[in-house]
Amino acid sequence: MAKIVVVTSGKGGVGKTTSTAALGAALAQSGKTVAVVDFDVGLRNLDLVMGAERRVVFDFINVIHGTAKLSQALIRDKRLDTLWLLPASQTRDKDALTAAGVAKVIAQLRQKFDWVICDSPAGIERGAMLAMRHADAAVIVTNPEVSSVRDSDRIIGLLDAKTLKAEQGERVEKHLLITRYDAVRAGKGEMMSIDDVLEILSVPLLGVVPESQEVLRASNIGAPVTLSDASSAPARAYCDAMRRLKGEDLPMTIPSDAKNLFGKLFGRRAA
Amino acid sequence: MSIFNWFNWEHRRGTAPVARDRLKVLLAHEGTRGTKSDLLGLLRAEIVAVICRYVSVEPDKVQVKMGRRVKASTLAFEVEVPA
Repeated sequence: MAKIVVVTSGKGGVGKTTSTAALGAALAQSGKTVAVVDFDVGLRNLDLVMGAERRVVFDFINVIHGTAKLSQALIRDKRLDTLWLLPASQTRDKDALTAAGVAKVIAQLRQKFDWVICDSPAGIERGAMLAMRHADAAVIVTNPEVSSVRDSDRIIGLLDAKTLKAEQGERVEKHLLITRYDAVRAGKGEMMSIDDVLEILSVPLLGVVPESQEVLRASNIGAPVTLSDASSAPARAYCDAMRRLKGEDLPMTIPSDAKNLFGKLFGRRAA
Repeated sequence: MSIFNWFNWEHRRGTAPVARDRLKVLLAHEGTRGTKSDLLGLLRAEIVAVICRYVSVEPDKVQVKMGRRVKASTLAFEVEVPA
C-alpha cells in the first residue's frame, strides 16, 4: 500500500515540479517503487522535467475515461526501473479531471507502488484541490519571499479542511520544504531566514534546498536534479529531505557549493 | 544609491525583518487557518448581533475598530444609544 504525498504550494514557480521529480527519483534510488503523477491538466511539465516528453502516449485523463489502462499510461523511467510517471493531459477541458476518476486512479496506484507523489498545479482551483484530496502527507514548497509564504499559509488551511483525511477527522502529515534559499542573503538580512518562515507557518521542516545553477541545468537536460549530479548541493538537500520523509531523523543542514569565505561561514548553518 | 548612502546604516540594513513582520500581521487577520485564527471576526459579528438585540440600532451603525498591538489584537465598539 502506497503512501500518497502531494507536493503543493499555492503559488506558481516555486519548485513543485522540480521537487516532485527530485524526491520521486531519490525515493526510487533508495529502492522503493515510486509513481510521480502530474495533476496540472492543460499545462503538464513533469514529463519534460523528467525527460520523458517524447514517450507520452496515453495520459491521466485517458485512464479516467477508460480509453487506456493505467499500465498503458504509466511511463517507466529510463534511468531508474522503479520510477514511473503518470503524465497529465494537455486538454483545455478544465472539467476533464473528475473527483470519481481521480479516486479510482489513486486507488489503483496505491495497490501498485510504495510511494505516489502528486505534483499539484498552482492555485487553489479544481486541479490543486483534487491533487491534495487523497494525500496522506503534504510537502509544502515555499520560497523565502512574502507572496510564496502567504500562499503556503492558505494551502495549509486547505490541507486541514478540504482533504479526505481532514473530513474523516484525521490530519494530513505536513512538511515544509524551503527552496531557492540563499544563505548568504539571509545572513545579511536581505532574505527571510529559515526561522522566520518556520515561525510564520509553524509546519515541521522537511529540508532546505539552496538556490543553485544545478536546478536549471538538470531541467535543461530533462533529469531530476538528484540524478543529474548527485553530489550537487540541491541533490544532497533533496536526498536528505527524502530520508526525513521516510521517517529518518537527520540533523538539519543546508548543503552548499559556496566557494567564498562568506558562503562557507553561512552556507552550512543549520536552521 | 549614492556613495553617501553606502555608509548609511538604514539603507544597508536588510529588508527581511520588514517582510516577516508584514506577513505576521497579514496572516493573523486573514484567518485562513480555520476558526481559531478567525476569532476576531467571529467575536465582532456576535457582539454586534447582541448589541442590536438590546439597543435599537442598525448593525451597520455599530462602529467597530480592529487594532493590533505587539502582543494582542483589540476590538473597540462604539454604539450610540438613543435617548
